[in-house]
Amino acid sequence: MDKLLVSPAPHIHTKESTKGIMLDVIIALVPAVLVSLYLAGISAFLVLAVSVTGCVLIEHLIAKYLMKKETTVRDLSAVVTGLLLALNLPVSAPWWMVLIGCVVAIGIAKMTFGGLGHNLFNPALVARVFLLVSFPVQMTNWALSNGMFSPENPLIPGFLLGVQGQLPDALSGATPLGLVKEGISLGLTPQALINQEGLTYGKLFLGHMSGSMGEASGVALLIGFVYLLVRKVIKPIIPIAILVTVALFSGILYWVNPAQFADPLFHLLTGGLLIGAFFMATDYVTSPMSPLGMIIFGVGIGVVTVIIRVWGAYPEGMSFAILFMNAWVPLINKIKPFPYQKEVSRG
Amino acid sequence: MSKTFSIGGIHPNDSKFSKDVSIVDLPVPERVFLPMNQHLGIPAAPVVKKGDTVLVGQVVAEAAGFVSAPIHASVSGTVTDVGLYPDFQGKRVQTVVIETEGDDWLDTIDRTAQVKQEITMVPKDTFQKIQEMGVVGLGGAAFPTYVKLTPIEGMNPEFLIINGSECEPFLTSDYRLMLEHGQELMIGAELMRRVLGTGVTGVIGIEKNKPLAIKAMQKITAGYLQWKVVPLKKRYPQGGEKQLIDAVLGRKVASFALPISTGAIVQNVGTAFAVYEAVQKNKPLVTNVLTVTGSDPKIQYNYRFRIGTPIEDVLKTAGALDAEGNLLPHIAKVVNGGPMMGKAVVNMKAPVVKSTSGLLLLTEKETKRLEPGECIRCAKCFQACPMRLQPYLLYQLALAGRTEELDEYRVFDCIDCGSCLYACPAHLPLLDLIRLAKNTSLKNIRKK
Repeated sequence: MDKLLVSPAPHIHTKESTKGIMLDVIIALVPAVLVSLYLAGISAFLVLAVSVTGCVLIEHLIAKYLMKKETTVRDLSAVVTGLLLALNLPVSAPWWMVLIGCVVAIGIAKMTFGGLGHNLFNPALVARVFLLVSFPVQMTNWALSNGMFSPENPLIPGFLLGVQGQLPDALSGATPLGLVKEGISLGLTPQALINQEGLTYGKLFLGHMSGSMGEASGVALLIGFVYLLVRKVIKPIIPIAILVTVALFSGILYWVNPAQFADPLFHLLTGGLLIGAFFMATDYVTSPMSPLGMIIFGVGIGVVTVIIRVWGAYPEGMSFAILFMNAWVPLINKIKPFPYQKEVSRG
Repeated sequence: MSKTFSIGGIHPNDSKFSKDVSIVDLPVPERVFLPMNQHLGIPAAPVVKKGDTVLVGQVVAEAAGFVSAPIHASVSGTVTDVGLYPDFQGKRVQTVVIETEGDDWLDTIDRTAQVKQEITMVPKDTFQKIQEMGVVGLGGAAFPTYVKLTPIEGMNPEFLIINGSECEPFLTSDYRLMLEHGQELMIGAELMRRVLGTGVTGVIGIEKNKPLAIKAMQKITAGYLQWKVVPLKKRYPQGGEKQLIDAVLGRKVASFALPISTGAIVQNVGTAFAVYEAVQKNKPLVTNVLTVTGSDPKIQYNYRFRIGTPIEDVLKTAGALDAEGNLLPHIAKVVNGGPMMGKAVVNMKAPVVKSTSGLLLLTEKETKRLEPGECIRCAKCFQACPMRLQPYLLYQLALAGRTEELDEYRVFDCIDCGSCLYACPAHLPLLDLIRLAKNTSLKNIRKK
């Protein structure tokens, strides 16, 4: 008799794999990447390329030479981190800054904890926040969306020489949230500022460039999000919880005093809110596992984001809010699911 | 919206390749092996010895306790041995071996194909008949059927649910029974309903991927006032007792509680057919139907087999063995049962038994487990678990040997359905460890 294969049940398995899931996330990020390439051309490409290559290379080196195990880059999670990091940077970021981001994301936030599945905080966000507090000037030098395609793109030499891209005034500007925050401190109403700067909702939703690369277009992020839902990679619970919370919280503020607070739709469409809600807060490793936990997590992010945006020192609060709630995840995961036997009923 | 259970579940590929193949009789084997543990509970006690001649249907072993069942000869001939033989997993079991001579049946058995509609037996005698004829649950667990029909103080049966969901991929024996012997199994179901009490409502739960079976059974139940067919949304493990009760009635069975505590009793369609044969035809459980299937389109059969037929005989008839009696090279694994809960066959000389529902032939590629990776906390196992357990957590607690916490997280509620291991994209051996932890936990609980 030949050899028979013997193993415990079940004898068939899902076709899904970690690599497949990561690939889906990469595909979901393609629209956002395309928009950033469209808006900022080759300079966006350079940031993306350095970020992805850097993350993959650093993970490979650490796994192989520091942890002395087989390289883990084949699961594609480093590519996802690289893409997300790039999308969280301004298009004017010089190469060394991108590379420092890679070291922080992969080296400190991910591999120090043991690699994929063990990190407490979202690696790309740790890197973004690290860069934001270390290089506040470079990190808030936001390019506007025109002129980037010409061969004279002023950003390319800056990127290569490792100095801040010298942006002409016409090509740089504060983010919408930054404008509003500054304007309010000068005693202007948010609505007047928004009108003055021509920040229509349509423009915010379809694509603008003063912000990090991934913040540019709400619609591109939405397409990616829908793809993830269709492929059943993520559940919509966390994003919905975040969006509803932000809308309600900022809505209440707006209703109380429209002269001092921006309207909820403006909050939803600006800053890293959408990319954060769709792609960063839904990271499996750093978000809760039960539906109730996901709701708590999402509501927490929404509340903290609005608090920081409205009362904090920074105009944008999404990254801080997600990292803050990441820290709560182990505790949130301790909430036991509603036990089966408690539901015993006699119809 | 059609009904289904409310928590967890997965959607593996249906793979019901043998669904259009009619049931045919498997040739009577040269020799049968009748293990004494073909049911859950106390093994039967042999009443024949080496050299005895037996007829088909004759008792070869008596029930040895309350939760036990008698075993009958499935061929006529001479008992050549009563001793220990390895079962399909290699565990040695007391077995009666009969060498076949001719095919002579006890003359009390009605072997005509004619459907005996009229129910003449009173419930008390029906109950006894089911016990005498060795009927056990044919859905997998092989729990003696009469035990389930025994009234329990303070628990009133309200519903008899006939399980026609056949939620395991590949298997089609229940489906063929419903199509080809719907009338008979309906009579068997009605017989059981009368045993439980005239006030009991009968429900047949069938998954929607079997529209012909739903139609056929709906037509038949039209003649029975107390019966109805409930189409169920396809989802694994719908056929689990707790899940089926939830799907049909929206009631949930508590940990360690009997299903009857919700007022429901579940019996498989195969069991209902066996009850029909036992009561109306006076035929003991000596034959059953199994599916021989796999992804090979040439090997697709639904066989009525003599209980005790060696697995290799079944596979030989099905054309899964070559001239030397070796498995065809592309078949790497033989599973006794379905792909989700069936057990891998170790010993091909061992027999198919009362509760065998199928022999599944899998290639290495289909069944090979991939190298486990790191848990990425995707929670797909948690979303798949129909008992709302946290498989990723139980797995880690089991790895660390944290027994008390395992109980705290209700490891004992696990029903072994395999949904977590199926769903894991990191290919972690979740259920393997949870199963071990559960067995330890149950042992400790029993000690207390």
